[in-house]
Amino acid sequence: MSEISRADVEHLATLAHIAMTDAELEKMASELAVIVDSVKRVQEAAGEDVPATSHPLPLTNVFREDIVGHVFTAEESLASAPDAEDSRFKVPAILSEDHDAGPSSVPHEGGER
Amino acid sequence: MNTTTQAAMDAVEPLSFDEALEAFEPVMGFEVHVELNTATKMFSSAPNAFGDEPNTNVNEVDLGMPGTLPAVNGKAVESAIKLGLALNCSIAEHCRFARKQYFYPDTPKNWQTSQYDEPIAFDGHLDVELDDGEIFRVDIERAHMEEDAGKLTHAGTSGRIQGADYSLVDYNRAGVPLIEIVTKPITGAGKRAPEIARAYVSAIRDIVKGLDISDARMERGNVRCDANVSLMRRGAEVFGTRSETKNVNSMRAVEHAVTYEIRRHAGILSAGGSIVQETRHWKEDTRTTSSGRPKSDADDYRYFPEPDLVPIVTTTEWVEALRAELPEPPAQRRRRLREAWGYSEAEFRDVIAAGLLDEIEETVGQGASPAVARKWWMGEISRLANARGVDPAALGVEPVTIVELNRLIEGGTVNDKIARQVLEHHVDGEGAPADIVRNRGLEVVSDDGALTAAVEKAMAENPDVVEKVKGGKLKAIGALIGPVMKETRGQADAGKVKEIVLQTLGMDS
Repeated sequence: MSEISRADVEHLATLAHIAMTDAELEKMASELAVIVDSVKRVQEAAGEDVPATSHPLPLTNVFREDIVGHVFTAEESLASAPDAEDSRFKVPAILSEDHDAGPSSVPHEGGER
Repeated sequence: MNTTTQAAMDAVEPLSFDEALEAFEPVMGFEVHVELNTATKMFSSAPNAFGDEPNTNVNEVDLGMPGTLPAVNGKAVESAIKLGLALNCSIAEHCRFARKQYFYPDTPKNWQTSQYDEPIAFDGHLDVELDDGEIFRVDIERAHMEEDAGKLTHAGTSGRIQGADYSLVDYNRAGVPLIEIVTKPITGAGKRAPEIARAYVSAIRDIVKGLDISDARMERGNVRCDANVSLMRRGAEVFGTRSETKNVNSMRAVEHAVTYEIRRHAGILSAGGSIVQETRHWKEDTRTTSSGRPKSDADDYRYFPEPDLVPIVTTTEWVEALRAELPEPPAQRRRRLREAWGYSEAEFRDVIAAGLLDEIEETVGQGASPAVARKWWMGEISRLANARGVDPAALGVEPVTIVELNRLIEGGTVNDKIARQVLEHHVDGEGAPADIVRNRGLEVVSDDGALTAAVEKAMAENPDVVEKVKGGKLKAIGALIGPVMKETRGQADAGKVKEIVLQTLGMDS
């Protein structure tokens, strides 16, 4: 059986910003191990000569023309937002940069300027 | 990370640039993000537009709503291939998109659709021209396609990320097509490292502008640069630990950020400290950087191939058709034009700085001499534009108008001074130069009757000048030209005035 440790689950939970109790971490570790094992069977079926695939259909180059289509109004965009202000989504405070190691503090590509 | 150590390292005084270069060799690397100027986004048909009301350039795909399906913008793919070719890259025969997972409110999907191990372009190089004309080759690792993120405004007490009470998100920018260009480590730059950094970003901007795949306005974030810097002790063979300064978004800032990081690293290393691998924030006001966050397991993005998008396959025919559309590389074009036009280096530099290369080229193409084209664009048109607070190119003067104006001067219809007035009237919307001259009666007074009368009057009023001329001082005629110009409202031809004076005095022969 695959080894998914409690620490692995804890790490994933941190990355996904999900708070988990000790009991949940234990339970999830064993459940994930079973899932990984099931998926692993694919490796047994596929030999070296089968390329990794990301899509079930034999399609390539599905492109859209660069023509503007439909677009939301600000009201439509925000219709299901838990909170909004000034036509923008209102989200909880960003955690302090230097204390939280999670990606929440990452000013990603152009995020902060 | 031990914050005490970090604080201690931050407190170390940077070395001077010269001292730093004596002991260390800088190694640089750049990640430049280019926003494409497509009409729509990378994966949705919402408009790619700047400056609109928040959350009005989005649809269900950009907002990451469940059950939506992205669709790749074909034009963005072609733009990426063209840029790859312009950077002398190989184009992947087969490539895919991948999900880069992270949880941050600037992406509503909780992943950024990017490319990971299969970039569309790879292994290229760019020859960068430095101020003195020397060429420095920068090797390109890859150029890949991805999407931009939304824009966060941090509200609350401090305005900065730290201590913010909440953030407001506008997703108009989310999904805007981006190409990220990553260099290989740049070694051997020595003391020219900051200059090379600026020249590299400048060259990228010129290329994407020349390809017309981006508006390339750095002040709007169309071209954004992350600068990696590390130092090696002279003679060492292993790279030092690098810092990554994020979002250095002007050419000058790139130069200054590299200079500062070289000095900061050298200060710490010389004091026996070690560099923390971290992101740094550029501070324009002090021209320094400050500590962002250390590299950590937070950079575990768990990339996997995007299951909602199919692979891209490029054929030789397709790539070669795009290659055929490439314009002449900007640096090569500049060299060619400077030689063809015979401008001095200073003259040419001024033209580049004024952003008038295209206008002058077109004016020359319409039949004006390079000198005439430069005179008008760098002279009167720039002056008028400056007075009106617009770019010379935005003043609305067509190259053909310059050619017409010049024809009026050369044909003796107007003189230089009147031609400048005609230009101003043209800018004010009075029509073609010839019409303006006719409607306003600005033709040079060349009919002999009117001109002769004006000259005779000036001679009668200035007998002392007339005596000097009679005595052989032909230069004195100049003193008569002013009064004649006044009499004819500036429309006299100076050569003609001189001729008439000499005729009247019987000195022509």
